[in-house]
Amino acid sequence: MSAPSVTMPEADIRWSLPARGPAGMYCLIAAEAAIFTIFVVAYIFYIGKSVSGPQPHDVLRVPVFLTICLLSSSLTIHFAVKLLSKGRVISFALWWLLTVTLGAVFLAGTVREWRHLIHDEGLTIQTNLFGTTYYSLVGLHAFHVTVGLLALVTVLIFTLLGNVRREHTQRAEVLSMYWHFVDVVWVVVFIVVYVVGR
Amino acid sequence: MNGQRKVTNARVVRSLDTLARLVLPFCGSVVGGFAAPAVPWLSPTNIFAPVSTPAQSIFDLSRFVLMVTASIFVVVFGLLAYAVVKFRKKRVSDGREPAQVYGSTQVELAWTVIPILIVVVLFLAAARVIASIQNASPPRNAVEVTVIGHQFWWEYRYPSLHVVTANELHIPVSDAEHPAPTFLTLLSADTDHSFWVPRLAGKTDLIPNHPNSMWVDPHEIGLYLGQCAQYCGTQHAKMLLRVYVDSREDFDRWIQEQSRPARVSAAASEGQTIFERTACINCHTVAGTVANGRFGPDLTHLMSRDTIASGAAPNTPENLRRWIQDPGTIKPGSKMPAMGLSGPDLMAVTSYLETLH
Amino acid sequence: MSTQSIAWAKTEVSRRPLVEKLHEWVTTVDHKRLGILYILYALLFLAFGGVEATIIRIQLIRPHNSFVSPQVFNRMFTMHGTTMIFFVAMPILFGFANYLIPLMIGARDMAFPRLNAFSFWMTAFGGFLLYFSFVGGDGLYGAGNAPDVGWFAYAPLTSQTFSRGHSTDFWILSLLVSGFGSIGTAINIIATILCMRCKGMTLGKMPLLAWLNLVMAGLVVLAVSPLTAAQLMLLVDRYLGGHFFDTQAGGSAVIWMHFFWIFGHPEVYVLVIPAFAFASEIIPVFSRKAIFGYPVMVAATICIGFIGMSVWAHHMFTVGMSSAANTFFVLSTMAIAVPTGIKIFNWLATMWGGQIDFKTPMLFCAAFLFQFLVAGLTGVMMSAAPFDWQLGNSYFVVAHFHYVILGGIFFTLFAAFYYWFPKMSGRMYNETLGKLHFWLFLIGFHLTFDFMHIPGILGMPRRIYTYEPGRGWDIWNLIVTVGVFFQAAGVLVFIGNLLWSYWRGKVAGSDPWDAWTLEWSTPSPPPTYNFATIPEVKSRRPLWDLKHPEDPDWQYE
Repeated sequence: MSAPSVTMPEADIRWSLPARGPAGMYCLIAAEAAIFTIFVVAYIFYIGKSVSGPQPHDVLRVPVFLTICLLSSSLTIHFAVKLLSKGRVISFALWWLLTVTLGAVFLAGTVREWRHLIHDEGLTIQTNLFGTTYYSLVGLHAFHVTVGLLALVTVLIFTLLGNVRREHTQRAEVLSMYWHFVDVVWVVVFIVVYVVGR
Repeated sequence: MNGQRKVTNARVVRSLDTLARLVLPFCGSVVGGFAAPAVPWLSPTNIFAPVSTPAQSIFDLSRFVLMVTASIFVVVFGLLAYAVVKFRKKRVSDGREPAQVYGSTQVELAWTVIPILIVVVLFLAAARVIASIQNASPPRNAVEVTVIGHQFWWEYRYPSLHVVTANELHIPVSDAEHPAPTFLTLLSADTDHSFWVPRLAGKTDLIPNHPNSMWVDPHEIGLYLGQCAQYCGTQHAKMLLRVYVDSREDFDRWIQEQSRPARVSAAASEGQTIFERTACINCHTVAGTVANGRFGPDLTHLMSRDTIASGAAPNTPENLRRWIQDPGTIKPGSKMPAMGLSGPDLMAVTSYLETLH
Repeated sequence: MSTQSIAWAKTEVSRRPLVEKLHEWVTTVDHKRLGILYILYALLFLAFGGVEATIIRIQLIRPHNSFVSPQVFNRMFTMHGTTMIFFVAMPILFGFANYLIPLMIGARDMAFPRLNAFSFWMTAFGGFLLYFSFVGGDGLYGAGNAPDVGWFAYAPLTSQTFSRGHSTDFWILSLLVSGFGSIGTAINIIATILCMRCKGMTLGKMPLLAWLNLVMAGLVVLAVSPLTAAQLMLLVDRYLGGHFFDTQAGGSAVIWMHFFWIFGHPEVYVLVIPAFAFASEIIPVFSRKAIFGYPVMVAATICIGFIGMSVWAHHMFTVGMSSAANTFFVLSTMAIAVPTGIKIFNWLATMWGGQIDFKTPMLFCAAFLFQFLVAGLTGVMMSAAPFDWQLGNSYFVVAHFHYVILGGIFFTLFAAFYYWFPKMSGRMYNETLGKLHFWLFLIGFHLTFDFMHIPGILGMPRRIYTYEPGRGWDIWNLIVTVGVFFQAAGVLVFIGNLLWSYWRGKVAGSDPWDAWTLEWSTPSPPPTYNFATIPEVKSRRPLWDLKHPEDPDWQYE
């Protein structure tokens, strides 16, 4: 039996569907948001319930500078993508590099803060409920920053090799969506851990 | 073509309507007989043979829910059965497709609104029973028992009556003129457990760091069975429940005997010495002696119990000996280790335990 | 196997070596091949899960039986549940989704073919990791042991204190890994359906199977992550000294239950919604009528998706939540019965006035309707929380959920197998064997799961390796066990039929069922590129329009 054709010549509608890159990234963001929600819920649930050990208001220092760095990196990546869409690859690379740098500063700052908490304040993931939930939540976020940075550095390397051009804008944009998400998560973590929880 | 579709649409609606009118009253009468009280001798743990108010409230609610769901079942099942028979492809078909009906707003509305109404009714019925069981507060003369779940046995403490026992719970009978409910506080020493004696009440879990409470007021004297209903490890299956509902006098007498320290018997002193010198006292308590371990059941009045190992075996000298020698022969995976006692030591310790009335 | 082969003159087709063919399958990114890989993988694990169930039932055939030790029994029910949900039901449904969605929406492949392959292999690896626990659970120096904490692994039973060795870690890691695979597939399904439909196929014109898999994928994206989160927390507790579920440090055992069931309840909708999809495609074709109430079916499914995220604590009615919390979850759980019931009524109305042809797929779908009705009603019984205080954690619950999964999901799965087997293989299955499978399995299913409700009512809790005589449970357990052998026989006939028909079945052609969706316009099996020309559609049943040009659907939709 031959395969019948189903083309109907009169149907002349304009047909445009969303692009699959951004659609996929939105779904990934939804899934990641769900994971973070559970860790945030656990953190909130356990506020004030540690039976011993250091409490948040005793040992946490509000990371204002790090927050500014990370949130600015959202701006810089936004500029970078816009420049790439105009074909200005070198400017794109510079702003992209700035984003990477800001992200790396954030990570380095987190490492510093953790060293202080562990060595000077005696707060580890084992110490009490606060320690467990704090390191897990902030650590999960830092892990996502790290993965994002790796991806950004990869793109940077491709750019330096001359392989990134204007037609790759959508891919850079999809990656920048992930980066924006990581920043939004930080805003939530910041509020829950350093404002509400303290 | 369009008109033909519309006509068929209306015909479908009408035939469904007629069927519903015929079937519903019939269902009601059939289902009413269905809800007769269950016979307890089917099983000592039959949820439909309540002897206590919580179990009775649940039973009453369940009869109502069963009536509603059975009616729904009869109607929908009947329609499905009818459709399956009436609309089979005919042997000799004229090759034409049947009328294509795409939907009907009225029909969709009907079978949305009616289920919503049923849901509202069922919800209100359930909410009422939830409140009546969960929000009851203990009257002043209530017996208060703290139940602590262990892997794989039950600890019972009567704080105001100064009694500690294990595995077999005694509570007084309660009747309408002299209500004497028992309120249970449920705690756990290790993992999650669940206290389920179907004829007395629904089950409530024992969760570490999460105290729960429940109450019962059985109006018939007797022995009621149940078992742990939340998987708690290897011997979850043999964490059995035995609840003895006694007359007021019997209960008071039991309390008096249980609150006495252990009997001292000269004949069993050798066994007692071995018991107190071996690891037994690490886990077990015998009131009035040096043994005050809390990991295992209190043995002060071991002989007042009908069973050992939380119902796993009858309390006979033979079983006791087997249990002490190697608990794995009765309850493999139980937390009591094989004590490795020599023959004479084993006999002596068993004899000692047999004096603990 | 293709019905269309082009013979070119002066060309020899040399037989490719087996290694090359295997390599093609292992490295494939073609949605059809990946779909078949998922399905075959699931059938293998169905055999494992079935053996585990048989061991459980033989042990329970009479009281105080000693067929297996309590330790082995506890591993059996844990592995049975975990296997069946994560390595049978999910893969097989993903497999069908992968195979069918691009064909039904007029696309050449899924949105992300390489992600598709990655997701399959992650899932596959997860399953093998879980089963490796039988040998590797205690480390190389000890006898193996598989997880024995139940498929929902309640804390604190899963802490290092109560679960020594690595058995629980195998449970955690295998599900973590396959969870990534599930999320990958879900992302792929959503992107494919939103971004790759053929011209003219608006969201309102795509087949119900596409809609229902879209909702299912949305649920996976939102619900599998909570399980991943909870498992990461459990790993932190077990290996980094964390206290998430450590009740001695102020932690909560109940919060594990909340996190697990926030995953666990939407998970059952992830399983049942694709089953609804199969019914929604097969029942119309065999009743020779369009589906009744397409927009309502879509709306009802979306409602089920949303409400399904708010009912999870009905698994926790006995845990000691406040009466207010219990009451809320009673309401949300009862509410979800409304859209679910609406779907049953719509299928009924589709059959009404039709000319039903009871070939094997339709037999399975008809049984599905009856059985899913019963399963839904026992669910309504347990949604009345006080009733659940008796029925919960008993064999009544076990009977209920097997009624849904076996009586509902598996019956429509068998229907889907028989319906699309001709498309996937190019051959018709043997109808007599198909009907034999149906009757054997029907008898076995009802023997086992109808009677299983009774021990629950008579007080028998679940997850017990043995039970006391004199509780009135003996005869029912015996009957339940007998049913298992009928089901096994049915499944053997099914596998035999598939194998025999693959090689010896009658050639099927593109459209053996006179059906109406796009996959039936391709050859059987379809070529790698699916469609020679991407189709353009005007209605929900493009092939109906072609076959009935005087009365096309787009005039009525």
